[in-house]
Amino acid sequence: MPPVLELKGITKRFPGVLANDHIDLTLNEGEVLTLLGENGAGKSTLMNILYGLYAPEEGEIYIRGKQVTINGPGDAIAMGIGMVHQHFMLVPVLTVTENVMLGMESIRHGLFLDRKSAAERIRAISEQYGLDVEPHALVGELPVGIQQRVEIIKLLYRNADILILDEPTAVLTPQEVEGLFKIIRTLLADGKSIIFISHKLKEVLEISDSIAVLRGGRMVGTADPATSNERTLASLMVGREVILSVPKEPAQPTDVVLAVENLEVMSDRHQLAVRGISFEVRAGEIVGVAGVQGNGQTELVEAMTGLRQPVDGKITLLGQDITHANPRIITEMGTGHVPEDRQRDGLVLSYPITDNMILNTYYLPPVAQGLMLQEQAIKERAERLVAEYDVRTPSIQTSAGSLSGGNQQKVIVARELSRPVKLTIASQPTRGLDVGSIEYIHSQLVRKRDEGAAVFVVSAELDEVMSLADRIMVMFEGRIMAILPAEGATKEEIGLLMAGVTPETSTPIQEAV
Amino acid sequence: MNEQTATPTQEAPHKKASPLRGLLVPLLAIVTAMILGAIVIITTNESVYETLQTRGLVAAIGRSFEVIWVAYGAFFMGAFGDPQRMIQGLGEWISTGDGTRWLRSLYPITETLRYTTPYIFAGLAVAVGFRGGLFNIGAEGQYFISGLTTVFVGFALKGMPWFIHLPVAIIAGVAGGALWAAIPGLLKAKTGAHEVINTIMMNYIAIRIADFMLDVGGPLSRGDGRPVSPFIETSAHLPQFFPSNSEIRFNMGFIMALLAAWFVYWLLFKTTLGYEIRTVGQNPRAAKYAGMSVSKTIVLTMVISGGLAALAGVTDILGVLRFMPNAFSAGYGFDAIALALLGNSHPMGVVLASLLFGALRAGARNMQGVARVPLDITAILQGLIIIFIAAPAIIRSLYRLRETDTGDEIVLTRGWGQV
Repeated sequence: MPPVLELKGITKRFPGVLANDHIDLTLNEGEVLTLLGENGAGKSTLMNILYGLYAPEEGEIYIRGKQVTINGPGDAIAMGIGMVHQHFMLVPVLTVTENVMLGMESIRHGLFLDRKSAAERIRAISEQYGLDVEPHALVGELPVGIQQRVEIIKLLYRNADILILDEPTAVLTPQEVEGLFKIIRTLLADGKSIIFISHKLKEVLEISDSIAVLRGGRMVGTADPATSNERTLASLMVGREVILSVPKEPAQPTDVVLAVENLEVMSDRHQLAVRGISFEVRAGEIVGVAGVQGNGQTELVEAMTGLRQPVDGKITLLGQDITHANPRIITEMGTGHVPEDRQRDGLVLSYPITDNMILNTYYLPPVAQGLMLQEQAIKERAERLVAEYDVRTPSIQTSAGSLSGGNQQKVIVARELSRPVKLTIASQPTRGLDVGSIEYIHSQLVRKRDEGAAVFVVSAELDEVMSLADRIMVMFEGRIMAILPAEGATKEEIGLLMAGVTPETSTPIQEAV
Repeated sequence: MNEQTATPTQEAPHKKASPLRGLLVPLLAIVTAMILGAIVIITTNESVYETLQTRGLVAAIGRSFEVIWVAYGAFFMGAFGDPQRMIQGLGEWISTGDGTRWLRSLYPITETLRYTTPYIFAGLAVAVGFRGGLFNIGAEGQYFISGLTTVFVGFALKGMPWFIHLPVAIIAGVAGGALWAAIPGLLKAKTGAHEVINTIMMNYIAIRIADFMLDVGGPLSRGDGRPVSPFIETSAHLPQFFPSNSEIRFNMGFIMALLAAWFVYWLLFKTTLGYEIRTVGQNPRAAKYAGMSVSKTIVLTMVISGGLAALAGVTDILGVLRFMPNAFSAGYGFDAIALALLGNSHPMGVVLASLLFGALRAGARNMQGVARVPLDITAILQGLIIIFIAAPAIIRSLYRLRETDTGDEIVLTRGWGQV
C-alpha cells in the first residue's frame, strides 16, 4: 500500500533564503510523523506548501500514491488535509457548532442555517474520539485545551484524514497534553494520520512513530523514537552537542533584593488573582514560579513591574517601597523585565531592531542627548547587542515582526539583560522557542545570577522551573502553595502542589515568609 | 550552499522596500484616476454625444480625445501655468521693465502653492495623529477656532510693530487650535472616550461658535451688516512677496508650511518625544511597559496635531484673506485625512499629496472656465485617487505589482474603544 502522503524534492525559495531545500517526507497511514527543527528551520514553510498557501518551486506531492497539486487551502481540505494552527482560527463570540460550520454551513430551506444537524454531527464526532466538547458552548468561554479540540473537530467535520498539528502542546498544561495524546491515539486507531510539529523533545519521543529533523531548510535526518533520546534529537536539530540541563553552581544568595508582603492584585475581570502572597528574592539566586497558567502569575509579575496597581500589600525593591511606583521608576532602580507576551508587551513589531533595543532607555544617554535621539549610538548599541546575544537577523534595520520567535525573544533578552540590573524578572522566557535558543536564554539568566542579580522566573514549563531555579515557588489560585529548594524536589511533588494538593507526608515544606 | 546561508533566520524573508517603490502606488493611483476621470468627462460631455449622432462613432472618439486634451490642458495651465507665456513675460520684464505679464503668467503656479499651504498644515496635523494612533477628524474645528483667535489678535491689537504683532497673532491662533484639540485628547486619555466621536462633535461646536462670533451683530463681526470680521492690522500681515496689484496670493505661509513639514519629520523621527508618540501609536502596551505615560503622550499628540491644523487657519487669515468670513471653511479639515493617507503619514508624503490637491484645486477653476468641465470633476478625481490609495490591492492587481513588505506600514487606526 502506498503511503498516505509523500513529498519528494520540495524546494521553496524566498528572496535571499532557501526555505526548503529538496525535502523528502513520507507519512504512513495511522502513524504520527514528527517534524522537528529550530525556529526558522523551514517547518512552517513546508506545512504551508502542504496546505496550499505557498507553491513550491520544485518537487512533487503524492497522496495515496497519486500525484497532486495543491493550489489553496480549499484544495488541501478537499484532499483530506487539515491543519490546526498554533494560533487558533476561531471566532470567540460564536458557539462551537457555528465555528465548526463556518465555511461549510449546512442550509435548511435554502436560507436558514441548519445548526441542529451540524450539532448532532459534532456530538457524534466528539463521542467517537472522546473529545468531550459541548456543541452549544461559546468558544470564547472554553479553556484553551478545549478550544484546541474544537479545531480538531473542525478538521474531522471536513473529513480530513491527514491532520497537521502545529505546536499543539505549546499552550497546554501537562494534564491537557496527556488528554491530547489520548485523542491522538484514538484518531490513529481510526486510520487518521498525523503530522506533529513540536520543540518539546520528551513529547516528541512519546507520541511519534517516526521523526524527521529539519535544519536550515534541509532534511538532516530521520530518527526512530524507539532508539533515540532527547540528547541525540537535540544535537541532530541544532547541529551540535546541546546541554539540556542547565549547568550551574549552587546558588550563593546574599541580600534581599525584592520583598513582597501580603500582596493582593486584581485581574482584568476584577477578581482577586493574587491573594495575599509574601516571598523574598535574594541577590545571587533564581526563584522559579511553577504553576498552571492563570493562577495569578501574570498579575503578580505585572504588579511587581508597575504595570498593574496592587489592591493591597507591599512590594519593596532594594529597601524602597515600589508598591505604587510606575514602570519607569522600577526600571531605573535596576530591574530588567522579559515580559510574558513578547509581541504584545515587549516589542514594537513594526520597529526595526535598532528602535526595539532602546525601548525603555530611549531617553537616557548615550542614545539620547536631551531631546535628540542619537542615531549613531542607537546603531552601535544594536550592532553590539545583536552580536553579543546572537540575534540572527539580516540587518539591524530588520523589523522585529519579521524575526522568528526565538530571535524576537533574544532581542528582548539582550535589551533587558545588557543593562546593569539588580533584579531580573522573566516571564515565560522560552515559550515557543527551540532548543538552541532555550539553552542560550537559560545560560544568560544563570549568568545574571552569578553576577549577583536576583532572578525571578515564571514558567508554565515545570521542567524549565526545575532545572533553572534554586528555589521553587508553587502558585495555585493566587496563593503560594509552597516555596521549596529545587534540590531534592520531585516532579510528582510539585505537580501535586500545582494542582492544589498539599501532600501531608512529604519533604518539609518551607512555609511562605 | 554553505552552512551560513543555509540557516534562514526567519520564516518570512525580509525585503527592503526602496523609497521609490513607495511612490509607485500613489503615482499609478493618480494616473488611473485621471484615466477614469477622462471617461467621466467624456460621458458627461454634450458635444461628444452630438458628434456621435451627427458624424458617427469614429468621429465621436476623435472628439472625445479632443475634449480630454482641452480639459486636461486647461487643467495643467490652471495648475502650473503656461511655460511659453512665462518666458515671454520674463523677456518683456527684462527688456521693458514692465513685469505685469510675467506676474500674470506666474499666477497659476502661485495659486497652486497658495492652496497647497493649508493642505500641508492640515495634512501634517492628521499625519501626526495617525503616527500617535489617533484619528483626528477635528482639524476642521481646530482650523475654525484658530481663525477666531488669530483674527481677534489681528484686528484688536493696534499700533504695534509687525515683529511683535505678527508672532503674537500666530501664537494666538496656534494656541486656540492646540487647546481645542487638547479637549478630545484629555477625554481620550482620562476616560477612554473615542477621539473620532469627540473630534467630530467638537467640529460642530467650533463651527457654531464661529457662526455666533461672526454673524451680523456678533462679538467679532465687522458691524457693516455682513457676517465677517474686521480686517486685521497690516502689522499682522504675513508678507506676500508679490506686488499687491498682481492678484498673486502666494505668501510666507507656504514657506512656513515647508518648515512645519521639516519640523514634524524632525520631531517624529529624531527626538525622544517623537519616539514616544510613535511607540504609543504602534503599541500602547509596549509603551506602558517602556515606562512612557500613554495618557500624557495622547494629549500631547492632540495638542501638536491641533496646533498644526491651526496653522492652516492662521496662514489663510494672516496671509491671504486678512479677515475671517463666516463660513470660513474650505473643507481642508476633511481633505486632510485623505492627505495624510495619501502621504502615508510621512511629512514628505503629505507635502507631495498637498501639492497634488493644491494643483487639482487651482487647475479645476481653469478647467471650468476654459473647457466648461464642472469643478466637481476634481472631487471625483480626488475621490478616485483616495480609493486607489486606500485599497492598494486594486492598483497592484491592475498593474501586476508584487506585494511589498508590510513591516514598515503604519497602523492608521485601531478598533473602537481601545486605549
